[in-house]
Amino acid sequence: MPADAVDVAALTVVRGGRPVLTDLDLRVPAGQVTGLLGPSGCGKSTLLRSIVGVQRIGSGRVTVLDHPAGSRALRRSVGYVTQAASVYDDLSVGENLRFFARVLDVADAEVGRVLEVVDLSDRRDQVVGALSGGQRSRVSLAVALLGSPPLLVLDEPTVGLDPVLRATLWSLFHDLADAGTTVLVSSHVMDEAERCDRLLLMREGAIIADDTPGAIKERAGVDDVESAFLALVADAEGPR
Amino acid sequence: MTPRITLAVAARVLRQLRRDRRTSAMLLAVPCVLITLLWWMFRDLPADRFDQFGPGLLAMFPFIVMFLVTSVTTLRERSSGTLERLLSMPLGKGDFLGGYAVAFGLVAVLQSVLAVGISVGLLGLEVQGPVWLLTVVAVVDALLGTALGLLVSAFARTEFQAVQFMPAVVIPQILLCGLFVPRAALPDVLGAVSDVLPLSYAMDAMSTLVRTSDTAEVWSDLAAVLAFTMAGLLLGAATLRRRTP
Repeated sequence: MPADAVDVAALTVVRGGRPVLTDLDLRVPAGQVTGLLGPSGCGKSTLLRSIVGVQRIGSGRVTVLDHPAGSRALRRSVGYVTQAASVYDDLSVGENLRFFARVLDVADAEVGRVLEVVDLSDRRDQVVGALSGGQRSRVSLAVALLGSPPLLVLDEPTVGLDPVLRATLWSLFHDLADAGTTVLVSSHVMDEAERCDRLLLMREGAIIADDTPGAIKERAGVDDVESAFLALVADAEGPR
Repeated sequence: MTPRITLAVAARVLRQLRRDRRTSAMLLAVPCVLITLLWWMFRDLPADRFDQFGPGLLAMFPFIVMFLVTSVTTLRERSSGTLERLLSMPLGKGDFLGGYAVAFGLVAVLQSVLAVGISVGLLGLEVQGPVWLLTVVAVVDALLGTALGLLVSAFARTEFQAVQFMPAVVIPQILLCGLFVPRAALPDVLGAVSDVLPLSYAMDAMSTLVRTSDTAEVWSDLAAVLAFTMAGLLLGAATLRRRTP
């Protein structure tokens, strides 16, 4: 296991003629829960897509688990949850998972396990389209957990979930990290920052802080990450 | 391509269709109803026009229906994010396209057996060539529709646009395939256009089968339709990108 699960160097991504990420450098340590936090529209999803290898990039280098992002060797090693649920609404929960299990060539027994993990075992025969938004996104998360990939890239997996469930998921992310999985989670909700081992704060396509939540707050001299974020932005714009 | 994955995709597509009872019922019933309507229209006319137009309809249904179904379903895969997820997994583009082709090919077999069975068995369509070959032509037409549907779905952003490709891509082929004006009697330019449209060959194969028991020409027309289908699938594969802007 490399010390860094993800290594991004000088990454530039242009979408629709507009630079979304400019000359970005960052590392994601292995076996930890790293939070990618920033307002919506700041480029979080584009960065995550680049790490998964589905984003066409302008220049730079993205290395994931010692392979170039998106390479064939990684197709079983990266579990990816997009903001849209990315599951088939007209199939049942179990049918969705069995299909993806077959594509990944993992045993059908995995289906029962991941449903247990996301607490949807009792919904197995229900059609996904009939589920609530939160349940659908958990089905999507379950697909990403199939085969226990060493890297999980989760784009806002806790949006719209009730607080109890959110807490459950965060403890799941930490359990996975304790077992050696690298978890990279994006969120635009700053209060989720406290739950991460490490934070990447992002704004307008740039990383403005990369440290533990404690260190970020200490440096800004404030008690919460949201205030730290504001202080960092004010610092950056101060000289103007 | 991995057979396990191709078959998993095919099984999944068929399961989705089975869930959608209304679509499945319409896929199978509508061609039968329309061919019966055509037979009824010509019933009181002196010459046996049904023998003239029936084969064309048998060639057209599977093509149109599969074109529509495939372009909308693939577009849905693109916009829902499931395609992106699949392409980040160990799935080959061939598995995706092949899976769809296998699933819709099977539906086309069912659809064509029903439509051909009704035309020949109940409505008295006179076929000189072997009836099973009529079904084979219909299935290949369906695969052609699937291939072209996959291809155009890459150029549509919404389901509205996908449906608009039907008149744009399909109707010119229907007009020029020889159903209304024999291909030889078309103005030179239109005749040349007709020669490069796949449905023309499908139509030729059908009408040859009805007219004569000599199948040599049918096979060469069938080969032409298959070649267009392969080209459509290959071009369609080129539009499936693992990395998107």
